[in-house]
Amino acid sequence: MWRFIGLRTLQAIPVILVVITVTFFLVRAAPGGPFSSEKAVSPQVKAALEAQYNLDQPVLQQYFTYLSDLARGDMGPSFRYPGRDVSELILQGLPITAELGLYALLVALVIGTLAGVFAALKPNTLQDYIPMSLSMVGICMPSFLLGPLLVLIFGIGLGWLPVSGWGNAAGDKILPSLTLGAGYAAYIARLSRSGMLEVLSQDYLRTARAKGLPEHVVIAKHALRGGLLPVISFLGPAFAGLLSGSFVVETIFQIPGLGRFYVQAAFNRDYTMILGTTVFLASLIVVFNLLSDVVAAWLNPRLRYQFRK
Amino acid sequence: MIFKCKSLKKLVLLFSLGLLAACGGAQESRVEQGNRDGVLHFGNGSEPQGLDPHIVTGVPEHHIIQALFEGLVVKNPHNLEVEAGVAESWEISDDGKIYTFQLRTDARWSNGDPVTAEDFRWSWQRALTPALGSLYNYMYFPIVNAEAFANGETTDFDQVGVRVLGEHTLQVELRDPTPYILQLFDHYSTFPVHRATVESFGDPSNRLTRWAREGNLVGNGAFQLTEWVVNSHIRVEKSPVYWDAEKIQLNAIVFYPTENLVTEERMFRDGQLHFTGDVPLDKVPVYLRDEPHLIEINPYLGTYYYMVNTTRPPFDDVRVRRALAMAVDRDLLVSTVLEGIVDPAYAIVPPGTLGYEPPRLFNYDPDAARALLAEAGYPGGEGFPAFNILYNTQESHRKIAEAVQQMWNKTLNVGVNLVNQEWQVYLDSQQNMNYDVSRRGWIGDYVDPNSFLDMFITGGGNNKTGFANARYDQIVLRDAPAALDREERYRLFHEAETILIDQMPIIPFYTYKSKHLRHPSLRGMPANIMDYFNYKYVYLQAEE
Repeated sequence: MWRFIGLRTLQAIPVILVVITVTFFLVRAAPGGPFSSEKAVSPQVKAALEAQYNLDQPVLQQYFTYLSDLARGDMGPSFRYPGRDVSELILQGLPITAELGLYALLVALVIGTLAGVFAALKPNTLQDYIPMSLSMVGICMPSFLLGPLLVLIFGIGLGWLPVSGWGNAAGDKILPSLTLGAGYAAYIARLSRSGMLEVLSQDYLRTARAKGLPEHVVIAKHALRGGLLPVISFLGPAFAGLLSGSFVVETIFQIPGLGRFYVQAAFNRDYTMILGTTVFLASLIVVFNLLSDVVAAWLNPRLRYQFRK
Repeated sequence: MIFKCKSLKKLVLLFSLGLLAACGGAQESRVEQGNRDGVLHFGNGSEPQGLDPHIVTGVPEHHIIQALFEGLVVKNPHNLEVEAGVAESWEISDDGKIYTFQLRTDARWSNGDPVTAEDFRWSWQRALTPALGSLYNYMYFPIVNAEAFANGETTDFDQVGVRVLGEHTLQVELRDPTPYILQLFDHYSTFPVHRATVESFGDPSNRLTRWAREGNLVGNGAFQLTEWVVNSHIRVEKSPVYWDAEKIQLNAIVFYPTENLVTEERMFRDGQLHFTGDVPLDKVPVYLRDEPHLIEINPYLGTYYYMVNTTRPPFDDVRVRRALAMAVDRDLLVSTVLEGIVDPAYAIVPPGTLGYEPPRLFNYDPDAARALLAEAGYPGGEGFPAFNILYNTQESHRKIAEAVQQMWNKTLNVGVNLVNQEWQVYLDSQQNMNYDVSRRGWIGDYVDPNSFLDMFITGGGNNKTGFANARYDQIVLRDAPAALDREERYRLFHEAETILIDQMPIIPFYTYKSKHLRHPSLRGMPANIMDYFNYKYVYLQAEE
């Protein structure tokens, strides 16, 4: 098992390096630059600005300087926000985005597994069709539509919940979490349904029933564990996706999270910020994929057995 | 099965309970709370880049810096006339070139230090230091040798026309009598910064130091920075040491970076904001119809126009450019696509810019347009090459471009394609003159025709149309600055603008309007052409 983890960690290093390199050269190849402005910038001012951010050096040298700084944990100053470091901005946004992601994941898990299991228990009946059609709607409905819709109903229409903010007023975390979680809930519903369907036809469940166990024990104790395996392996990438994909929800609800930095950085050509957020999120995705592989292996006796060999 | 259903019901119940508990009863809205506590909640566009007045360039930054710092003068928000700021009085020499400012002795930095003439001199030197790379350093260029210092032609700041005559006396010498110079001393790029604070965080010409951060910043304005959470809000509170603190009625202002207009509008409706920086265009008619007392639409010192690349055939022919301009029905454009809220424009300087009226050289005239095109060798649009309209990706620009495309196609029978580019790419294309016709807007930095007309001098950084005219340059660069009275200056500017519009390197479409949503409790923020606020005058008064 440890060998597996060690090996996967080693594999991650070249992946991250490739991400850094591609991003580094790609942002510099993009038209425009961090100092482009609608008003003309005189050549003298432009040169001074480039000197302040070492952009006057050869690109390769900038690249190696960046790598060596990064190795020391220094992501450099933000181009867009003078006086702020990229790492500082990331650390400020991360807890908020992580909290939002966590709530969204909880929403997704609770609604998703319940709906999926519920549907799998009576396949091809109304009990199956209704939650599954709803989940199809959930997958198809983008958050930029669902968010404003929820705001219109619960915020402005009923006046129950604040329409924006994060941690400023009671209940302002509910609508963003629901909006972000809904799409994932739909995925999880479909995953858990198919997982459960497969498990429900297995021999060991027939054995459990033959033992005379009541149906709810059969489902809760024996079926769920196997049936939810696909959901578990989905969770890692899902959480990474929630962290990197929260931009739309953060914008709709005015949440000061990481996602907004990520996208704004690209529009502003904030080179260090683009690199910083990309490298950071890439590392997160790698780590969460690894974690979900490990958890899946631990839950699945067949895989566990393979590692032991 | 039964177990599942029960637990599902329980969960749903629990969830709804949680939801209700979280909502609580009816709460006081942020605006109501603000009215009680004297706290203004201000929708401020986007997250400010920073708060160093010599570095930043945007409108949201301007709104905050104005609360934290004060220049030599301020403007009266009712009529935009200059009023005393840090300078309590000033004298102007007969030739209009030497300004002597008497600073008030009770002006204080937020840490209690007095504001002196030397503070201004040092700050201006910092702003002009080439290494700092201040984008607005040209604001100082009317001052003798300021341009030479900024471009590194001299490193001796004593050569620059800024002299300290006494602890509280500052003298400024100008190259030419520049009637709008006092307005520039209310621009944040000429605000003083606190030398000891700036220096304690490193080299004053290093943009990356942390002196302008929360907890560090020392200003001389009516408010002090108390809180700054990036992408969330910035809070400033009334400064007890400000010289005119008695007059300040607000206890605090909270600025919110509301870059999404739709969210901002919802926040306003939800009682979270007193004031929004803008209004989504499609909401304007709704507010005008249902709640006209909440929306404000006023003339704004800006013009929306298309630039024409006069170096590319067939646009190098002035007749083609005129034909394009005359084939656009601005009244139709305004009444349909623009919801009727802006005014059609036929010149670059907005009408009523401190009494200046721009020339009107052409009208919407499809027949004349077709005749001009025929004269240029393209009768009925025959043989006219298809060309592109370039605009930055945005819904409103797309709608306008589509309408113009239709008009040109229908009237002149020419093929027009639309090309949208992401903001930075679009700027790059304009900068390299890699376009046929391109959308552009310009907002004046100060209320004077010069703020628009000096764009189009030959080779000017903002020209980018290929337009070059010796007489135009002569007027804008030499004759108008030397003119002694307003009448003579305006006559010269009128002549220059007539040349510009006659040659048509640009096709004006409309004059901007500022749009805001404003809670009825917000008072003392009158509309003006610069969309300028002076927080000294602002107060909150809840309705009865």
